[in-house]
Amino acid sequence: MDFSLTEEQKIILENVRRFVREEILPLEEKLDPDATQVGPQDQERLVSKVKDMGLYGLGIPPEFGGPEIDTVTHSLIAMETSQHRAGLYAPCYGAFGGAGLAQLFEASAAQKEKYLFPTLRGEKRGFFALTEPSGGSDPARAIQTRAVREGDDWILNGAKIFISGADKADYGIVFARTAPEKGRNGITCFIVERDMPGFHVRRVVHTLRSAHYATELQFEDVRVPHDNVLGEVNQGFAVANDRLSRQRIPYAAGCLGAAIRAQEMSIDYVKLRETFGAPLATRQSVQWMIVDNEIDIRTARWAVLDAAQKADAGEPFRTEAAMAKLLASEGAGRVVDRAIQMHGGYGVTKDLPLERWYRELRIRRIGEGPSEVQRLVMARDLIGQSLH
Amino acid sequence: MSIRLEKHWKPLTLDEVDLLGRELGVYQIADEDGVVQKIGYAGGKSLFGLKSALEKEFHIREGRPHQFRCEVTMQYMSRYEELLMIHQADHHSLPPENEEDRPARLGALNPA
Repeated sequence: MDFSLTEEQKIILENVRRFVREEILPLEEKLDPDATQVGPQDQERLVSKVKDMGLYGLGIPPEFGGPEIDTVTHSLIAMETSQHRAGLYAPCYGAFGGAGLAQLFEASAAQKEKYLFPTLRGEKRGFFALTEPSGGSDPARAIQTRAVREGDDWILNGAKIFISGADKADYGIVFARTAPEKGRNGITCFIVERDMPGFHVRRVVHTLRSAHYATELQFEDVRVPHDNVLGEVNQGFAVANDRLSRQRIPYAAGCLGAAIRAQEMSIDYVKLRETFGAPLATRQSVQWMIVDNEIDIRTARWAVLDAAQKADAGEPFRTEAAMAKLLASEGAGRVVDRAIQMHGGYGVTKDLPLERWYRELRIRRIGEGPSEVQRLVMARDLIGQSLH
Repeated sequence: MSIRLEKHWKPLTLDEVDLLGRELGVYQIADEDGVVQKIGYAGGKSLFGLKSALEKEFHIREGRPHQFRCEVTMQYMSRYEELLMIHQADHHSLPPENEEDRPARLGALNPA
């Protein structure tokens, strides 16, 4: 494996790092420590600068207007764009755009026209609704939302939970059971519009993450046209699964950005802070924390780039993506925990970003599949049999 | 637990505000008739949490009787947006003082 950067990658990363340090960090000095939004004028300015860099729309395939960026470079960029206080869940406050709902790239021509293209132009917003009160790690069995065919429509009834952005969206991708006796081959993916009667965003689900909250949804006899089936009837699980695997690589890279910044802050701090007449950096206990941080960061970075390289080469990458997600989310959590320890009381104040990363990284061990599910995914590939 | 803020109103006076803790949280300001004029929060940058945020609200309105109620929460940002969305769902508008300073992107709830 050769992870040395090309000249082009070096230039891109230098530009992105400068953007984060010169444009994002100064803005955060004025924002609430838990903010996830900047004002419209700042947002416009940031997006314009990203467009000038040619990096707007990361994750969008070039044929749909995204930049010609491979997964390795995308991952390296994600490690940079998350190196600020809001970076885990609002990297650069959305200035780099994004693929939004990647499933729509496989949508029908009419669906693309109605949902994908307006989303890419920033005119519409969507949400992804898979998890239910009955569970999220095993969607094939946990999905209880039902859809029943009635003429040219489907009637949806059920509930979803931990759904980000549904209250601010125009439509969403919703998974429902259409053939209860068929298990994972009985789930269909629907595009549900927010103003369809019977669709309700019932409440905000408050979590450790104060901003960028999740919501709880209810579907009461929501009538969805058959034209809004995404993919094939009863094949929705494949649509969900594809997203879950692909999403893990940039998700893991994002965790690492916060860890890298926490490590930089720690190294700067322990050189300055003195106890008993000498800098913290001279204490072996502190040196070991710095070393353990570096081991966690480098291990996870190699795993992320390995998964990204395999994805770019068109090779199977499910095990590698699961390993990267597990190593990065757990490793970054440990790094930030040690960074807080080295910073002492200041580490847990809202004066520094460490406490926010600490809270949000705890969620990253669960979001997009908890560590235990990542291990199950790897076990299935290694042992070579389906899970029961 | 109700998702609406349903505590009893207290008069917005310095004596009442002085009794508050210094925690972070959310609050509502109403006129004498109990009509909500503003939903606000005491976030991570507030000097003394709810106490200093409500002192500031008192001084802005000095001489005009108002009421307040508040809720201590570390999830002040999501709770603040939730209260705005609930108000919008119940009244089809934001409180007058929030209309002037709308969040860049506010969602919509349909609370049961």
